[in-house]
Amino acid sequence: MTSTAPTSTTPPRPRRGGSMRRHQTRTAYTFLLVPLIFFLIVRFLPTLSALRLSVFDWNILKEQQPFVGIENYERLFADEKFGQALRNTALYAVIGVPAQIALGLVVALMLNRIQALRGLFRALYFAPYVTPIVAAAWVWQWLFSPQFGPINTFLIWLNIPPQNFLTSPTQSLATTAALVVWQNLGFQIVLFLAGLAAIPRSYYEAAEIDGANGTQTFWKITLPLLNPTIVFSVVTGTISYLQLFTQVVNLNFTDQGGPLGSTMTVALYIYQIAFGRYQMGYASAITVVLFLIILAITLIQLRFLTRKYDL
Amino acid sequence: MTTHPARPDERPAATAGQPQPRRRVNTPTLLAYVVLSVGIVVTLFPFMWMLLTSLKGFQELFNLSFLPAAPTLDNYRQVLVETEFIRWFGNSLLVAGVTTASVLFFDSMVGYTLAKFDFPGKNIIFILILSTLMIPTEMLVIPWFVGVSDLQLTQSTPGAYFAIMFPGLISAFGVFLMRQFFETLPDDLLEAARIDGMSEFGIFWRIALPLVRPALASLAIFTFLGNWNAFLWPLIVIQKPEFRTLPVGTALFNGEAGTQWGLIMAASSLAVIPVLIVFAIFQKQIIEGIVLTGMKG
Repeated sequence: MTSTAPTSTTPPRPRRGGSMRRHQTRTAYTFLLVPLIFFLIVRFLPTLSALRLSVFDWNILKEQQPFVGIENYERLFADEKFGQALRNTALYAVIGVPAQIALGLVVALMLNRIQALRGLFRALYFAPYVTPIVAAAWVWQWLFSPQFGPINTFLIWLNIPPQNFLTSPTQSLATTAALVVWQNLGFQIVLFLAGLAAIPRSYYEAAEIDGANGTQTFWKITLPLLNPTIVFSVVTGTISYLQLFTQVVNLNFTDQGGPLGSTMTVALYIYQIAFGRYQMGYASAITVVLFLIILAITLIQLRFLTRKYDL
Repeated sequence: MTTHPARPDERPAATAGQPQPRRRVNTPTLLAYVVLSVGIVVTLFPFMWMLLTSLKGFQELFNLSFLPAAPTLDNYRQVLVETEFIRWFGNSLLVAGVTTASVLFFDSMVGYTLAKFDFPGKNIIFILILSTLMIPTEMLVIPWFVGVSDLQLTQSTPGAYFAIMFPGLISAFGVFLMRQFFETLPDDLLEAARIDGMSEFGIFWRIALPLVRPALASLAIFTFLGNWNAFLWPLIVIQKPEFRTLPVGTALFNGEAGTQWGLIMAASSLAVIPVLIVFAIFQKQIIEGIVLTGMKG
């Protein structure tokens, strides 16, 4: 503010600095008071509380809750079931994330080619994403039922022997991952459509003039320019797979963790230890490890994608 | 219908049957339609199967015909009459509704403050709020559970509902989304209202909020869906059957129903259909919301 004469476009403001800034600060903190207290009580303090719990032998059913230092963590590294849950969880991410990204990209590219019915197709692909997970998981159970499921009927019709799917230790994890991919696909498609729309047309026009064919255009222009979207999908996708719970619980409801623990995830294992056996200390130690993994992935993302917090 | 960002070369689709002036229906386009149609059939098959099975009587369930020979609504009658389904639905409506109202109010207030005010600690507060997105729910549910037990919240009816709701009452994701939108508002507008002597809260409530209605719609739908489908925390915290939300009620009922697949499919259909109707109405805002967060991420 340099002009002293007030004009219609720049109304006179209170003196810069001093009173104005104090007024702004006071208002801002008044507005932020309740939310800040909320974040403190519901997010930050419980996080510290989980860290604290993880060094105690804390069982809700017992009077004694001795301090045990890193014993919970030592137990965790020797725990075969936790190892299996961790391996399964990694496997879910390794199967699910590339599958949903590849399928999402193919569908998005196809949708970009067509004009009629485009919005309808996109909406139909998106429907599973808003479908309640619990209901979808039970439908999935029935679809893949070894004796009565339509999928096996279809396989028999193709002269392929029927499979056990969710009741087989070797197929249950892939069947579960398929459900998650089916649910996430619509979300991926929408992300990729947005990413594709952001690529300037002039690039493609230039490529056409230079005589590039479709394949070259895809590898040299589309894919590199979609890179931010792909990184975003990989990171958010991986973090969501690391917390897989609802689908796993509802797909093998009477046999939690699947045949021989083959679908057990870290989140389900935490749930069982904490709310099945009430070993809150040990369960907290596992959550701390999960948190560290997510933290590492997020930091890698920040490294790759220098996020700008401005428009 | 078309909500995607328009491409410069886009024009309304030609009416069926007419050759399009600029784009011939060439082989790649035809192939795209074929691939997309096959994909749609696979994507929608679970929905069809769920609906058709839910209409089959008990004798028909296992003979695997695609269409029910004698469609019956008996499964639906049983679910609605003999279970607490309507109560679970009401519980979910209450929990998701109150949570959404709270998120809309507080998240827009925080987003507005972080976008439009200049004060010490502004950036650190924003980063702290965003960083809570990294904390997995699994890590928080144990301390939450211990806290809820210590306070004996679940002993009273309002307390039990509050215990289900409290983790979602303000969302970091919503703060991020609303801040993005408020940054685009011109300062002059707010400044003019200040000159007119309007209170700071009045400026926020009467001037800023109405201008970000599309963002509020997006946030409302996402929050509502997220809480409508929430499973882990409600499963942990709900002790008395009368407080069960739809996902918890459905999961436990399906577990008890064992092999009564007709009932399970009817219960699943009843859980899915309202959500799909809401989606059909608001798909524009839902998809725009994803585009915005994905692109600004």
